[in-house]
Amino acid sequence: MAHGPAKGITRWLYTTNHKDIGSMYLWFSLAMFLLGGVFALVIRAELFEPGLQIVDPDFFNQMTTMHGLIMVFGAVMPAFVGLANWMIPMMIGAPDMALPRMNNWSFWILPFAFSMLASTLFMDGGAPNFGWTFYAPLSTTYAPPSVTFFIFAVHIMGASSIMGAINIVVTILNLRAPGMTLMKMPLFVWTWLITAYLLIAVMPVLAGVVTMMLMDIHFSTSFFDAAGGGDPVLFQHVFWFFGHPEVYIMILPAFGIVSAIIPTFARKPLFGYASMVYATSSIAFLSFIVWAHHMFTVGMPVAGELFFMYATMLIAVPTGVKVFNWVTTMFRGSLTFETPMLFSIAFVILFTIGGLSGLMLAIAPADFQYHDTYFVVAHFHYVLVPGAIFSIMAGVYYWLPKWCGNMYNETMGKTHFWLAFIGLNLTFFPMHFVGLAGMPRRIPDYSLQFADFNMIASCGAFLFGAAQLLFVFNVIATIRSKNKATDEVWENPEGLEWTVASPAPYHTFSVAPPIK
Amino acid sequence: MSEASTEQRSIAQQALRLLGVVVAMFVFAIWVMPPLYDAFCEITGLNGKTGGQYQAVDAAVDTSRQVRIQFLATNNEGMPWQFAPQMASIKVHPGEEVEVRYLATNPTDRTMIAQAIPSLVPFKAAEYFHKTECFCFNQQALSAGESAELPLRFIVDQDIPKQVNTITLSYTLFDVTADLALAQSQ
Amino acid sequence: MTQGVTPISHNVYDLHMDIFWWCVGIGVVVFGVMFYTMIAHRKSKGAKAANFHESTSLEILWTVVPFAILIIMAIPATKSLIEIYDTKESEVDILVTGYQWKWKYEYVGEDVSFFSNLSTDPNEINNLVPKGPNYLLEVDEPLVIPIRKKVRFLVTAADVIHSWWVPALAVKRDAIPGFINESWAYVEEPGVYRGQCAELCGKDHGFMPIVVEALSEADYAVWLSEKKASAAKLKALTEKEFTFDELYAQGEAVYGKNCAACHQPDGKGISGTFPAIAGSSVATGVLGGHMNMVINGSSNNPMMSAFGAQLSEVDIASVITYQRNAFGNNMGDQVQPIDVLKFKQAK
Repeated sequence: MAHGPAKGITRWLYTTNHKDIGSMYLWFSLAMFLLGGVFALVIRAELFEPGLQIVDPDFFNQMTTMHGLIMVFGAVMPAFVGLANWMIPMMIGAPDMALPRMNNWSFWILPFAFSMLASTLFMDGGAPNFGWTFYAPLSTTYAPPSVTFFIFAVHIMGASSIMGAINIVVTILNLRAPGMTLMKMPLFVWTWLITAYLLIAVMPVLAGVVTMMLMDIHFSTSFFDAAGGGDPVLFQHVFWFFGHPEVYIMILPAFGIVSAIIPTFARKPLFGYASMVYATSSIAFLSFIVWAHHMFTVGMPVAGELFFMYATMLIAVPTGVKVFNWVTTMFRGSLTFETPMLFSIAFVILFTIGGLSGLMLAIAPADFQYHDTYFVVAHFHYVLVPGAIFSIMAGVYYWLPKWCGNMYNETMGKTHFWLAFIGLNLTFFPMHFVGLAGMPRRIPDYSLQFADFNMIASCGAFLFGAAQLLFVFNVIATIRSKNKATDEVWENPEGLEWTVASPAPYHTFSVAPPIK
Repeated sequence: MSEASTEQRSIAQQALRLLGVVVAMFVFAIWVMPPLYDAFCEITGLNGKTGGQYQAVDAAVDTSRQVRIQFLATNNEGMPWQFAPQMASIKVHPGEEVEVRYLATNPTDRTMIAQAIPSLVPFKAAEYFHKTECFCFNQQALSAGESAELPLRFIVDQDIPKQVNTITLSYTLFDVTADLALAQSQ
Repeated sequence: MTQGVTPISHNVYDLHMDIFWWCVGIGVVVFGVMFYTMIAHRKSKGAKAANFHESTSLEILWTVVPFAILIIMAIPATKSLIEIYDTKESEVDILVTGYQWKWKYEYVGEDVSFFSNLSTDPNEINNLVPKGPNYLLEVDEPLVIPIRKKVRFLVTAADVIHSWWVPALAVKRDAIPGFINESWAYVEEPGVYRGQCAELCGKDHGFMPIVVEALSEADYAVWLSEKKASAAKLKALTEKEFTFDELYAQGEAVYGKNCAACHQPDGKGISGTFPAIAGSSVATGVLGGHMNMVINGSSNNPMMSAFGAQLSEVDIASVITYQRNAFGNNMGDQVQPIDVLKFKQAK
C-alpha cells in the first residue's frame, strides 16, 4: 500500500500528504517573513533620522500597512499551520489529516492571495495605506483603488485559515490513536485545538467586516458612513471582535510549542498539564469579551470602558499561570541550553515583558497616554517577535532533524539566536521609551526628542534582519547536510513523533500505535 | 458498513457542522452585529445618536430647573453650504417643547442635497433628548443660491438626571447629492 | 511619561508609575527564579532532574495572588476613569474638528474660529536646512485657553477619523466624522503644550500637530478680544484691491500650506490620486469654474475640500491667481478678494 512520493512539480501541486503540505506552508511563511521584514527595514530606514529621506509619506503608510498584513496573515499564521500539519498527525498517532484534499486547497490559495496583495504595490494609487487595522472611512471612502484587491486577498486568506481550522478540529477529534484521551494529548495539540475553534468563530467575522467595506465602497451601503446613518465606530467593534481573538490565535500555538520544548531540555515533565489546559481554555474564552480595549479613546460610555478594562486585566491571570508553570517545569530540572531551549527561554522572559506592558495598556485612564503611540508598538512586537516568531523558530530547530533526518549546526543556531535576541531588544525596547515620551504610531517623521532611540531601534532592526539570513542558511544547509540525526534526536523527549525514524517516513502511523 | 467509512461519514458530518458555524458567524457579523449595535446605541445613547421622531405626550413642564442646550454645526469635507445654528445656546425647562432653527445656504450654482447627522453629548443625556421635528429626519434639497431656515423641535425629558445641566447637540452636514443620483440610476 | 499640568495628568502619571512598579516587581520575581534555575539546575553542573509535575495548591496560590493584585490596581484606575469622564460644568467650550491634515478650533458661543496648520518649513523636513527646536510640533495658530478654568473639548472630524492628543493635558479623544466626543482639562500652569494627531488619517498624519497655549485669565481675555477684532480687520481687507505680484506671492504661500500636500509643490499631482494643477483644465479653464472648484470643492471627489469655508477671501483670491499663473499655466488673469466674496454671495 505504501508508496513513495511522486516526482517533480506535480508532487507539490497535487500532494495530500500532511508532511508535504506542512513543508510548503513553512517555506511560504519563511518567504513572507523575509518580505514583511524588508518592508519593516524600509520603515526603520526612513525612521533612522528625523526628516524625510527615503520614501514619501504615502508610500510609508503603504509599507506599514503591508508589513502588518504580511507578517500577521502571511508569516505567523501560515507558519503555525505548517507546524500543525507536520506535527499534529504524528503527535496523535494518525496517518494524516482528516481531510487531505481540502488541506492541499487550503495551502495553494495562499500564494495566489499574497501575489495579488503584493501586486497592489504596483497599481495606480499604490498598495493599501490605511494600516493593517484598516479603519473606515479611511479604508472605504478615502481608500486607493487597490482596496478591492485587498478585500479579495483577505477573503482568500480567511478561507484558507477556516478550511485549515476545520481540518485540524476534525482530525484531533476523530483520528487520535485508541487510548489517547484528550487529557493525554501533547499540549501543542491542545493549544491548536483551541486555536482552531477561535479561527472558526472569528475569521468569518473578518470576512463579514471586509464584505461590509466592499458594500460601502461599491454598492452604496452605509455600514460605516455617518451620512447614511452608519457609524465608523461600528467598524472598529466588528473588526476588533475578530482582532482580539486573532492575536490569541497567533500566540496559543506558541504556548504549545514551548510546552513541548522546555520539558525536553529540563529533562522533567511539564508542570501542571491539566492547569495548562484550563488556562488556555480560559484565555480563549476571555479573548471574546475584551475587544474594546483597542478602542479606549473612541468615546465609549464609562461603564463600557470599565467592563473592558476589568475583563482585559483578568486575562493576565491565566496567562500568568502558564508562565509560572513553565518556570516551575525548569525548576530543579537538569537543564541544557541547545538552540530550541534558548529560543524557548527567551520566549518566556520576553513574552512576559510584552504581557506586562499589556497589563499597563489595560488600565484605561493610563491608556489615554499610551494608545496609538510607540508604547503599543513595543508591546505587540514583544509578544509577536520574541513571542510568536521565536516559538516558531524554536519549533523549527526542535523538529527539523525529525523532518529531514539531519542535525542542524548548533553553533550557527546559537549565533542566530544571540544575534536575533540582541537585535530585537535593541529594536523594540527603546520603543517603550519613545512611546511614553509622546511619539505617535504610523508617522514617517518625528520631532527631535525622539531621534536617539529611533536611531538605536533602526540599527537593531537591521541586525535582527541580518540574523535571519543566518537562519535561512542554516535550514538549507541542514537539509543538505550529511550530519545524520538519531530517531530520538534529543535526550528522552516525550511524544509519538520521536518513536518514528528520522527523517520521518512519508507515511507514518498507517497502523495506530499503542498508547500507554 | 465498514469502520473506515462510518469514520469518514462522521468526519464529514463534523466538518459540515463546523462549516455551519462559519456561515452562522458570517451572517452574525453582517446581519446581526450592525442592528445589535444600533439597538444598543439607542438604548444607552452610547454614541450620541438621538433616535427618530418622538411623539410628544402631554406632560408637566418642570419649571424648577433649566437645562442649557448648546448647538454646534460642522460641514463634512466637500460640503460648501453655509450652515450654522440661529443661536449658540438656549435654556429650556424639562418637559417644555422648544423650537430652534439652523440656517443653511447653498452658495453653488447647482442644486444640492444634504443630510444632517445629529450627535449629542453627554451620551447618557441622549435618551432624554426627544426630537419631535428635525431637519435631520429628511434629506434637505436647496437649489443654487437658495437659503432655508431648518427647524428643530425638541423636548428634554423631565426624568433627565439632576446632574445633567448642559447638553451639546452637534449636526454634521453631508453632501449626498451624488449618492442619491447614483441610487436613482441603479 | 510627562506628569503634565493638570490634576488629571498628575493622576494618570501616578497610576502609570504604580502599575509600572507592580510589573517590575512581578518581573523581578519571575525572572529571578528563572535565572537562579538556569544557573543552579544546569545539567553541566551535575543537577539531577526531580520528577514533580503538579500541585493543586500552588496553582490556586498563583491564581489568587495575581487576582488580588489586579483588584488593588483596578480601584484607583476606576476612580481616575470616572473623573476623566466628568465633563460637567465647563467654563470654556471648544469645538475641535480634525481635517486632513490640520485642526480647526471654534470657541463655542464666541464667534471665534480658525484653522491650525503645521508651520514647520518644508525645507527642514526635506533636510535642506537645519531643523528648529519645535520641529513638527509647531503651528501657525495655536489653541489658546485660560488656566484655572475647566475647558471642555468637543471633538469631531470632517473627513476620516483623527485623534486629538495633548500629553501634558492627558487628553486623547478620537475625532469621528459625524459624531461628537467630549473631554476636558483644567490647566494649572501657563505654558505651551504640544501634541500630535493619534489616529492614522492619511499621508500627512504625522504632520498635523497640536499646540495649546495656556494663558492667565487676563491674558486670555485680551487674546480673545484681539481675535474678534482681527476677524473684523480681515473683512476690511476683502475690499482692498491687490496688485498681481501681491496676489501671486500670497498665493504661493497659501498653496504651500494648503494645496501642495496633495497637488505637490511642483503642481504635478500624484498620478491616479491627486490631479495636477499644471496644465489642468480647471486651472487653465474658465475663471468661474476654477473659483467654484476651490470655494465649493469637487462634486465627485470628497478629497477636494470646499476651501470657501476654510480660507479667507484674500487667501482664496491669491491662491487661484497663483495656480492660474504658476506651473507654466501663464493664464495672465487674476482674482481679487472682492470677486471671491461676490461669487460666494452670488445668485
